[in-house]
Amino acid sequence: MTTEVTNIVVEVMPHFEGYVYPNESGQHPLWSVLIVLYPYITGLVAGAFIMASLVRVFKVRALEPVYRLSMLTALAFLLCAPLPLLFHLGHPERCYEVMMTPHLTSPMAIFGFVYAWYLMAVLLLELWFDFRRDLVAWSNVTSGFRGIIYRLFTLGVTDVSGPALRLDDKIGRTLSIVGIPSAFLLHGYVGFIFGSIKANPWWGSPLVPIIFILSAVVSGIALCVFNYMVLSWVRRRNTDMPCLDIMARFLFYALVVDAAVEGLDWIHRIYAAEEGFQIMKVMIREKLFYTLNLGQATMGTLLPLLLLGSLQLLRKRVPELIRRRMYFASSALILVGVLAMRWNVVIGGQLFSKSLRGVMAYKMEFSGMEGWFMGAVLLALPFTILTVFIKLFLSEKLPSAGHGEPTAARG
Amino acid sequence: MKEALSRRNLLGRLGAAAAGLMALPAARTAKAAVQKLFVSANAPNGYDPTKHKWVMAIDINRCIGCGLCAEACKKENHVPDEPNYFRTWVERYVITKPKPGSGEARGEVLVDSPDGGMHGFPEPPVPTDSILHSFFVPKLCNLCEHSPCVQACPVGATFDAPDGTVLIDPKYCIGCGFCIQACPYGCRFLSPVTHTAEKCTLCYHRITHGLNPACVEVCPTQARIFGDLKNAKPDDPITQFYQNNRVEALKPYLGTEPRVLYAGMDKEVR
Repeated sequence: MTTEVTNIVVEVMPHFEGYVYPNESGQHPLWSVLIVLYPYITGLVAGAFIMASLVRVFKVRALEPVYRLSMLTALAFLLCAPLPLLFHLGHPERCYEVMMTPHLTSPMAIFGFVYAWYLMAVLLLELWFDFRRDLVAWSNVTSGFRGIIYRLFTLGVTDVSGPALRLDDKIGRTLSIVGIPSAFLLHGYVGFIFGSIKANPWWGSPLVPIIFILSAVVSGIALCVFNYMVLSWVRRRNTDMPCLDIMARFLFYALVVDAAVEGLDWIHRIYAAEEGFQIMKVMIREKLFYTLNLGQATMGTLLPLLLLGSLQLLRKRVPELIRRRMYFASSALILVGVLAMRWNVVIGGQLFSKSLRGVMAYKMEFSGMEGWFMGAVLLALPFTILTVFIKLFLSEKLPSAGHGEPTAARG
Repeated sequence: MKEALSRRNLLGRLGAAAAGLMALPAARTAKAAVQKLFVSANAPNGYDPTKHKWVMAIDINRCIGCGLCAEACKKENHVPDEPNYFRTWVERYVITKPKPGSGEARGEVLVDSPDGGMHGFPEPPVPTDSILHSFFVPKLCNLCEHSPCVQACPVGATFDAPDGTVLIDPKYCIGCGFCIQACPYGCRFLSPVTHTAEKCTLCYHRITHGLNPACVEVCPTQARIFGDLKNAKPDDPITQFYQNNRVEALKPYLGTEPRVLYAGMDKEVR
């Protein structure tokens, strides 16, 4: 337990207990913090999109204030999603081969296509149809560099007549419907990368892709709550409480389902107690004690369940300010908890030998490609991009006719 | 309506561009597949991979743990000295006697492989008289019939050659490490020199010239048996091995169907 903490904080030499295959002791772990961030970021994309589609497809009108913010969040994070993968490659300059000569039995090979599909055919197109009317309006009233950007994004289509807008809406809705299974595919496939590795008892489970999808939805909604509240705070606007209440309700439901399926996975593992079970016990009790029991289970699941669950029952009795703080705390806790979950899956799966006879300690550096600093930069990047997007497309200074402008922005 | 039509045209063109992009990978995959079939790494002109089926077998009873095989492999294949990477290595299993009255059939199982066994093994970690069994197990690529590494490679850089070997094209490997994670036997590593995955090739540059792999060549006790199943004669060591031994594979429950089979295996070997 202590080594886990010291290893996270300072650099210590790799340490092995028991027997590990010689090749496992060389570069350890092979997949480190970058591969932890990859499913985390991808999950946030899928979740934020599902959140947005609640408005578009399921007509949850109360959520309109966060529709555009959710869509832009999904885009900002999607743009960054392949970066950790790319930086992690031994030969990043050959990455295009994944799409040029894909080996179709490999779950990783499908990533290029699923990613391209999701980015080009779903997210960008839907955003364009959503924003087209506003882009035309903004390009008419804005000059300078900003104006050029808006004009470029209209792609030269300036027809904002009634039939054209109705068509926009129809296409946008269709894309949103197509987007839901696409978002599941995007993240389910990420889960399958791990779930398909039968060599590793920590990963190889058919439930892993499902858990990944569910935790993605949870983390994505939490991110939208978080972003919306931060944006409102930065703009010194009041948050739309009905919208926040509904978001929190969906967050609670998603968390209940996610926790139930993750619980089922653990019950199955404990009950079946297959070959790797002994080593898994060491993982839970020692190697991942803090990140699993404290980070993922207590902070990331139980506490938010308690906070959000109590508000479902006592919403009317809790004053707005307290409610807001509880929502904010829950979303932040969930975001940390899901990051801990990705850590536990990716790093946890490499903390024991495939000989099932030994365990390793993780040595994390500060600098370097697989270090703390790089991880923090990659995690900050989507937020930076999102800030630019918000300044460009959710600006308070611009008139907006489209749905989903935050009421906070409207004032 | 004119504008609406232009949007439709735009979508049509985008669709056509996407279709074109989709067709490109298919064409390149086909080309790569053809290349792989006909061009085998380091093979001399005239070597026909379809006329051979190379295999290795291990007789655990014969291995004395000298580690010459691991050393020869390192030298022959320029496997990096540091860190501790091996295309083949030797494990030592020490099974102690059970404590009297414990009701156990056997005692503790202690496994080690210092430096991959390359420089032999130190004294056993427990007193000699408390040892029930002790044996050495050479490990190498298991040449799986259903290789999880080949299945997992996103670009097809690692492939099942028609002659039974599982090879990696170092000019093609993107170094993602998926194959290393997928190999249940720990046989692969990411080379710090080439930044690509590496593994045992059965010394492909030697066997295609009619020579034995380096590890087989130096083994003083013939614990490693190498042969060509497509051209095996009745008195060949590999034929004799299968005839005289009951054999077992590593982790058979994973369904990888390893072609490297072991004689004298113990349940503790994973």
